[in-house]
Amino acid sequence: MSETKLIFQLSQPGRSAVSQAPKAVAEDKLSAIPAHLRRQQKPALPEVSEMQVVRHYTNLSSKNFAIDKQFYPLGSCTMKYNPRGANRAAMLPGFLNRHPLAPETHSQGFLSCMFELQNFLKEVTGMKGVSLAPMAGAQGEFAGVAMIRAYHEARGDEARTEILIPEAAHGTNPATAVMCGYKVREVPVGKDGDVDLEALKAACGPQTAGLMMTNPSTCGVFERQIEAIAKTVHEAGGLLYYDGANLNAILGKVRPGDMGFDVIHMNLHKTFATPHGGGGPGAGPVGVSERLLPYLPTPMAGQRDDDSYYWVDTDTLPTSIGHLSAFMGNAGVLLRAYYYARSLGRDGMIRVGEFSTLAANYLLKRLEAIGCTAAYPDRRASHEFILTFAKEAKELGVTAMDIAKRLLDYNQHAPTTYFPLLVPECFLIEPTETESKEALDEFVDAMAAIMEEARTEPDMVKEAPFTQPVRRLDDVKAARELDLTWSE
Amino acid sequence: MSEIPAELRYASSHEWAKNEDGTVTVGITAHAQDAMGDLVYVELPEVGQVVAAGDEAGVVESVKAASDIYAPVSGEIVEINEALEDEPELVNNAPYEGGWLFKIAMSEETDLDNLLTADQYQAQIESE
Repeated sequence: MSETKLIFQLSQPGRSAVSQAPKAVAEDKLSAIPAHLRRQQKPALPEVSEMQVVRHYTNLSSKNFAIDKQFYPLGSCTMKYNPRGANRAAMLPGFLNRHPLAPETHSQGFLSCMFELQNFLKEVTGMKGVSLAPMAGAQGEFAGVAMIRAYHEARGDEARTEILIPEAAHGTNPATAVMCGYKVREVPVGKDGDVDLEALKAACGPQTAGLMMTNPSTCGVFERQIEAIAKTVHEAGGLLYYDGANLNAILGKVRPGDMGFDVIHMNLHKTFATPHGGGGPGAGPVGVSERLLPYLPTPMAGQRDDDSYYWVDTDTLPTSIGHLSAFMGNAGVLLRAYYYARSLGRDGMIRVGEFSTLAANYLLKRLEAIGCTAAYPDRRASHEFILTFAKEAKELGVTAMDIAKRLLDYNQHAPTTYFPLLVPECFLIEPTETESKEALDEFVDAMAAIMEEARTEPDMVKEAPFTQPVRRLDDVKAARELDLTWSE
Repeated sequence: MSEIPAELRYASSHEWAKNEDGTVTVGITAHAQDAMGDLVYVELPEVGQVVAAGDEAGVVESVKAASDIYAPVSGEIVEINEALEDEPELVNNAPYEGGWLFKIAMSEETDLDNLLTADQYQAQIESE
């Protein structure tokens, strides 16, 4: 495939696209902006025709690997299909044209959807209250740990300076704890993927603010001692944080609230099938147990005795950790999740948990049968599982990265590689419930072919990919010499 | 098999320590840099910072992963390898020489006894 030029390189003076041309602005409107703040020269934008713009970006989009085109088994990311119906619902003019500052009386429909979504999420997680305010998973984590801090501070318990994090927790957890001013203490994980309970007991004390964990963990297995872990942390006076990264595996089957968690964040862009935004709008609602209810971030949707809806804000909930953004979460993303929850219903959610787990276990067994090595062969997978290619790396010189790159030539998106860090040369594979058996079988066929190639033509595999717009990129150079600005 | 100099001591978290009259130079082992892959960033402690053995004292980052560096002994940071800011690849190219990370004025000589010998470290990485 030929190299694509940048849109800037297509530019010719005087060309323009009618649909993208800026409207002329009257001088009297500009005069509101002080002269010294107005730019003196026009910005260096590409000058291209409408046809060129359409063709350029259509060609670029066709080069992407995408859930709409290929199997996308990115572990820990839950890349499931985003139903088109949810998109249609969120694009209804009544939702789309609603201004966030419109009076409550004009937003009753939207508020009722948000109020119901809060209740669905409470029900499915077993928590006592939910706020939809966080704009993404990372902000949900921040809100969760900020609530833990607010809880300890309200009790005058300021000696709690540490957050415990098992090795198999989600990668963002230590960053969140540090952002909230805590020291991180790591808790080791045993050979079976479960937390080392004795080490946890030794690490707990009056300095423990809480424990952050993911269950199922990033080892792709369900933590079997969760009740003992909750008891240990609670007895030390700490709170339990549930990272919702892997909620898909247990949706409708087990509830974090029933496991003893005090706070949870959910990634609606994972579990509730809203689009992953490539850094764009996400949604990371938080749920809490009874004792953290006073600290939930605002605004939230509330319901009055006369069944009308209103915004719950810091005037009625002064103990709240406050606002996380100018308004409340990403409205369009929350509406998509609302549609998804309503269309599945209780029975549908249970099937999500069951089929995501079934798909992962089917794929694991078939891959083991063609000679792949499971990292936890004695454990049943949750909705994702880990393979390790340490043997292939040692004996054939073919690494997990080589196999991942070769998968692209077979039109399969590579799974997550080299994560979690505690398993060498690993793949973290998550097929999700939305893939058919045929799609899973195609992935197995591709892997079987590559495993054979690794034995017979290892040097070829190390050079992959061959069929993509670019060959293997120098990601070390890209990281060391970051260059994101176009210049002539 | 990666090089493991016999005269150094090792932490199970893959740092090496070289004692010269109470000043301990710290780096990561050849095995550790090999497992990390090409480093793209090294975060070092500040000179004057006081650390206890086992404290986080820096981060090495490759395109695959970021990994904490732990102080193998207690004491005060007296020097850092500033060349790594522009050339993190020194750690890959010469982990025991030009790729050293920082030096600690050791406060407890006995901390060294808690570290592994070359033979013990060799045994550890073989069992991993």
